[in-house]
Amino acid sequence: MAESKKEKAPKVCDPKEASIDLGTQELLARAQKMGIDTVFDRAVNMKPCAIGMQGICCKNCSMGPCRLPLPKGGIEGEDNRKGLCGATANTIAARNFIRMIAGGASAHSDHGRCVAEVFLSAARKETTAYQIKDTEKLIAMAPHLGVATTVEVDGETKDREIDEIALEVAEVAIREWGKPEGELLYLKRAPKPLYEKWKKQGVLPRNIDREIVEIMHRTHMGVDQDYKNLMKQGTRAALADGWGGSMLATDLQDVLFGTPYPLQSEANLGIMKEDHVNIIVHGHEPILSEVIVAVAQSQEMLDYAASKGAKGIQLGGICCTANEMLQRHGIPTAATFLQQELAIITGACDAMVVDIQCIMQNLANVAKCFHTKLITTHPIAKMEQDNVIHIEFDEHHALEDAKRIVKMSIDNFANRGADVMIPPYKTKQVAGFGVESIQYHLGGTFRGTYYTLNDNIINGRIRGIAGVVGCNNARTKHNDGHIKVVKELIKNDVIVLTTGCNAIACAMEGLLTPESAAVHCGPGLAEICETVGIPPVLHLGSCVDNSRILLAATEVVKAGGLGNDICDLPAAGSAPEWMSEKAISIGHYFVASGVYTVFGVTLPTSGAPVFHDYISKEMEKIYGGKWDLEVDPIKHAHLMIAHIDKKRKELGIDKARERVMMDMASRQALEA
Amino acid sequence: MSKLIAFAAIQGGYKVVSQVEGELEKALQTYDASTKVGFPNTAYYLPVIYSLTGLKVETLEDLKKPMAFARGLLPPHIKLKTWLPYLGPLLDAGMAGIISYEIKEALRYLYEPDFYIAQEDPDVENGKIWVGAADDTILRKRGVEFVDGSAPGFAAMVGAAPNKEIAKMIVEDYQKRSLYIFCAANHNGKTLIQQCLDAGMQIGWNTRIVPFGPDISSAVFALGFANRAAMAFGGVQPGDFKTILKYNKERVFAFVNALGDVGTEWGVAAAGCVNWGFPTIADTEIPEILPTGICTYEHVVAPVAHEDMVQKSVEVRGLKVQVADIDIPCAFGPAYEGERVRGADLYAQCGGGKTQCTELVKMADMSEIEDGKINLVGPDLDGIKEGGTFPLGIFVQIAGREFQEDFEPIMERQIHHLINYIQSIMHIGQRDISWVRISKAAIEKGFTLKDIGVVLHAKFHQDFGKIVDKVQVTLYTNPEDVDKMTATARENYQLRDARVDNMKDEDVETYYSCTLCQSFAPSHVCSVSPERTGLCGAYNWMDCKAAFEINPTGPNQPIEKGECVDPKLGQWKGVNDFIYKASRGAVTHYNFYSMVVDPMTTCGCCECIAAMLPGCNGVMTVGRDYSGDTPCGMKFTTLAGVMGGGACSPGFVGHSKHNITQGKFILGDGGLLRMVWMPKMLKDELKDRIVARGEEMGVPGLFDMIADETVGITEEEILPFLKEKGHPALTMESLV
Repeated sequence: MAESKKEKAPKVCDPKEASIDLGTQELLARAQKMGIDTVFDRAVNMKPCAIGMQGICCKNCSMGPCRLPLPKGGIEGEDNRKGLCGATANTIAARNFIRMIAGGASAHSDHGRCVAEVFLSAARKETTAYQIKDTEKLIAMAPHLGVATTVEVDGETKDREIDEIALEVAEVAIREWGKPEGELLYLKRAPKPLYEKWKKQGVLPRNIDREIVEIMHRTHMGVDQDYKNLMKQGTRAALADGWGGSMLATDLQDVLFGTPYPLQSEANLGIMKEDHVNIIVHGHEPILSEVIVAVAQSQEMLDYAASKGAKGIQLGGICCTANEMLQRHGIPTAATFLQQELAIITGACDAMVVDIQCIMQNLANVAKCFHTKLITTHPIAKMEQDNVIHIEFDEHHALEDAKRIVKMSIDNFANRGADVMIPPYKTKQVAGFGVESIQYHLGGTFRGTYYTLNDNIINGRIRGIAGVVGCNNARTKHNDGHIKVVKELIKNDVIVLTTGCNAIACAMEGLLTPESAAVHCGPGLAEICETVGIPPVLHLGSCVDNSRILLAATEVVKAGGLGNDICDLPAAGSAPEWMSEKAISIGHYFVASGVYTVFGVTLPTSGAPVFHDYISKEMEKIYGGKWDLEVDPIKHAHLMIAHIDKKRKELGIDKARERVMMDMASRQALEA
Repeated sequence: MSKLIAFAAIQGGYKVVSQVEGELEKALQTYDASTKVGFPNTAYYLPVIYSLTGLKVETLEDLKKPMAFARGLLPPHIKLKTWLPYLGPLLDAGMAGIISYEIKEALRYLYEPDFYIAQEDPDVENGKIWVGAADDTILRKRGVEFVDGSAPGFAAMVGAAPNKEIAKMIVEDYQKRSLYIFCAANHNGKTLIQQCLDAGMQIGWNTRIVPFGPDISSAVFALGFANRAAMAFGGVQPGDFKTILKYNKERVFAFVNALGDVGTEWGVAAAGCVNWGFPTIADTEIPEILPTGICTYEHVVAPVAHEDMVQKSVEVRGLKVQVADIDIPCAFGPAYEGERVRGADLYAQCGGGKTQCTELVKMADMSEIEDGKINLVGPDLDGIKEGGTFPLGIFVQIAGREFQEDFEPIMERQIHHLINYIQSIMHIGQRDISWVRISKAAIEKGFTLKDIGVVLHAKFHQDFGKIVDKVQVTLYTNPEDVDKMTATARENYQLRDARVDNMKDEDVETYYSCTLCQSFAPSHVCSVSPERTGLCGAYNWMDCKAAFEINPTGPNQPIEKGECVDPKLGQWKGVNDFIYKASRGAVTHYNFYSMVVDPMTTCGCCECIAAMLPGCNGVMTVGRDYSGDTPCGMKFTTLAGVMGGGACSPGFVGHSKHNITQGKFILGDGGLLRMVWMPKMLKDELKDRIVARGEEMGVPGLFDMIADETVGITEEEILPFLKEKGHPALTMESLV
């Protein structure tokens, strides 16, 4: 990289080294020319803390921070490192690790709680902006919460009133966050052997909030000082996320806003339009974006936009808000996490509306250089900079709030400067997959079943299933890891389920088009994609929607032929460019659900080799899944493929399936 | 490419649905909405619609709902770029097409009631070559063949072969493999059926070449047949589409052969069939769908050369069929069983009242006979002039370490169908009233009488290898030899009959189970005792015993009766324990001799169903070949629908024809003296035995006291007759 000769002048990134995406490269060059720094430049200037990276800095009391770096040559003989209180490297790394789980789990689960609250208002009919939309999904989820969907009237079984079901579902659901006794109701949706495993280990979460509180307690100075015991609580909190907060968030969102079905859309910053009002919605909860979508598409606002000289209103999303709007409405995806500043740097972003999670504070600094209105909407997520506008969004006044936001954006269209540069890159994508729609598309109304998928895994056309998810990370080349891992997997006939920013990266690369199968897949997977008409990479939604992957895996187990538990499946998980605590929580609930999970970039465990071995080796004996780290994307993919092959062998499907010709005797032997 | 198939089939779906919607609209304008519509003699309404949706279509008005349902299934058209997934939509479009085709056929029955000829074999001479929907009588009769495996599956063939020779080659190959060939549709006006006729083949249910209809919509009759099998034999509830279709995928071994260009209307039908797990094998260049899943193996395979078509088809469907490899000049297989030798085709015959024709199987000592030796004593066919007659004695001697004298009649009964299995030879009757007709076609191929011996020797070894070590066949054609053999045979028949008829339930400690139909009716268990033949009529106690000896792990297992719980109603602890286990806990107990109190369960294969007639204080019974109304208010097929499927239904019981005159027939309820009504056909068939049994029970005139449809078909109509005749049931203790 070119070193700047000027004194004090901060270094800037090399756009070509920073991202594989052309539009990103062009916008980075533009930013540098304009003297605006982005996360890519800051990454060049600020190195990560080497000790923090290893997970062995303890700042949980004011006697520290205690730092326990690994000796240069590694540990020889006994590991005598300890903090002032005597905490070992294992204790410190485990505490830090499960505090990350707590952070991630609370982010997902608090999101879920917000949804549950809106759901309760809708069920109580206290708001008109939200209604129970998908009654089929409501009826499907109700039994899992112990809510009856039928009633006995004079000895006759009748369908129960939808309003009544919705209200009880709302009340039961919201109690999952803080009920005083019992265990999370959704745990029983897991395959039975998995549930029994959790029970035996004593990690069944009691309620969603409690497990996070208990992490904070147990990691307080002088409480839990056994890394294995600490990880038990980490597991419990992670499960409360995946099989609790996240899963409830997904289900309740589906009922409120509709269960996604496959649809067509586009991705990348090129979806912004010079002659349109561009409103970029960034963050995570669909509570906000759903209403913005409705308002922005209303005739009233379109007319208003026209009156201000705009040809229309272009909505676009960033991060999981993008995924939520995409999955249910086909609103195009504007950008991944790392491109958020760039959306403003186009000069064409009339408003960026944000809610929670993954919103960089530097957006405010960038917005200052343009006409862009940066609007925060959530009471728990504000910014200190004075150019940030806060319009608090609450479900009881959702429509008015949304109108105010959209109107403000339209009004801002006139203030747009002349210097606009929207990179001309965008790709088509097919998104909107979910547990239900996959089942439908595997056989239609009459024969839809996951068995179709299993059958083709058994016959070897599909080698296995991968869940590739997670963020972007400015410490690695933007999207490079995502795309290389995914392409290597599909090349080897592994079908990929994706969420979050990996999904956006794949969309930008064109991997979410059905046409890409013939280009990038191995022959078996290509044939399946051709038969079903699907892309080789299926977009399952936002990061709370990783719960969809858990349920899809459960459906695969239930459909039969591939073992009795998620850990029996030829499947693996991956987060090639992770950065957030949410990724650690997701990673761990996948591991604890039996999935071999490989992370890229780094893991904050390297400073505590014994603890690292515990989660990357020992854990497999307990839950069937384990952690792994591999920075090189191709090796990363091959670790997953090797695991898939191992599972195929264990299942006895590593050889070609024989064609069984049925005679009468074999037919009589068929099970009833 | 699957996308092209999806594209075309979805287009086809729109086309067919719109077209049929138009026809329905027109019909509603022409006829009153309450006008009856439906297929002949079936309790399953329009069977595809009924089985999948539970909708009972009886009137024109009723067609609106399934029509709207079909419309609702139509998915958006497939985009050419960045398309959305299409497999599910493709299958839905296919189903929309199938449902529309069934509606179309229902409308055809309304508009042209005589378009189809409602019988098993068409009337070719009068140009009535299409038989249309199989009624429930055919379904049950033929369904049993699917159940017991004598018909391993069916080929649904649409279109026509390039010429009649190819048509014959393919169809005959299926016949040899015992499959049914369901034919529909035409290719540029040519039909496979016409080609078969042109090639001199006999068509109809009896030769397994079923001429459903000349249009693609007629193919829906094949699916209606398959779905009724799922309901009638599998006990699947109408409306439970998932189970119905999965049942078909797993148990009904059918597939589609598309002969000719596959347009959108065929395409949508083929897509529809995939829902059933029935793949399409085509002779033209169409895109293939090879991955598995909805079907067990490939979904669409093409193009397949005509000479490979049959082998490829059974392979794609995953079906194993045994072709009997028997060294005779004619083709051989169950498909030829129903083939007739008509007067014009006849070369020579024996028996049938013209000459004596007798069959006898005797156990022999191992050292006494030579395996495979076939003796013809007297002139062969070349010594007989065309149109001539000759006497015939077929004497089979069997030796085997496991062979028993009791097995003789069982083996002897095989002779009828085994000779019938020979192409161009017809066999009727049994014992000393046999009748064999030999066609000119057989003579042309070089058939000789010795070939009968070849068949019997080969098949006895093949099918009964466990008990048969040596088989020797002697054929007599000199009148004096035949007469001598007949005399010996008659002595044997008498001894045998006495032994079997005199056998009582009390004489044995072991009954036999029969779970042969579990391939189709997974939870049904029959119990067979000496005085209660299996309800399908095919298996008596001795048959089951032999079957067990032949195949100790097969569907016939011994049941130790154990302690008698109720001697009058016929209940044993050992039997109860057995059925509890074999029915997987569904049935805890049943009575052999009662239809009122916890009767034996019934599957869809039963020959007859008896029902209580409380108003007459008696019972009636009806056979499956009687399609009319009965005094209990239900036709046979309705009765079977109500009580089949392995459930215990007090007041009803399924039984065989033969069982009616057996000693223990509903003896707990009063026995045969309770019988107040039977269809005339059945009554006449059993006349001698009813008379004898009546005398045995002390009512010599019983036969004439039993009413039939000529007396009436309601209780009110027959009661005066019963009173007039002084029927014993009227004075017996109350039935309920």
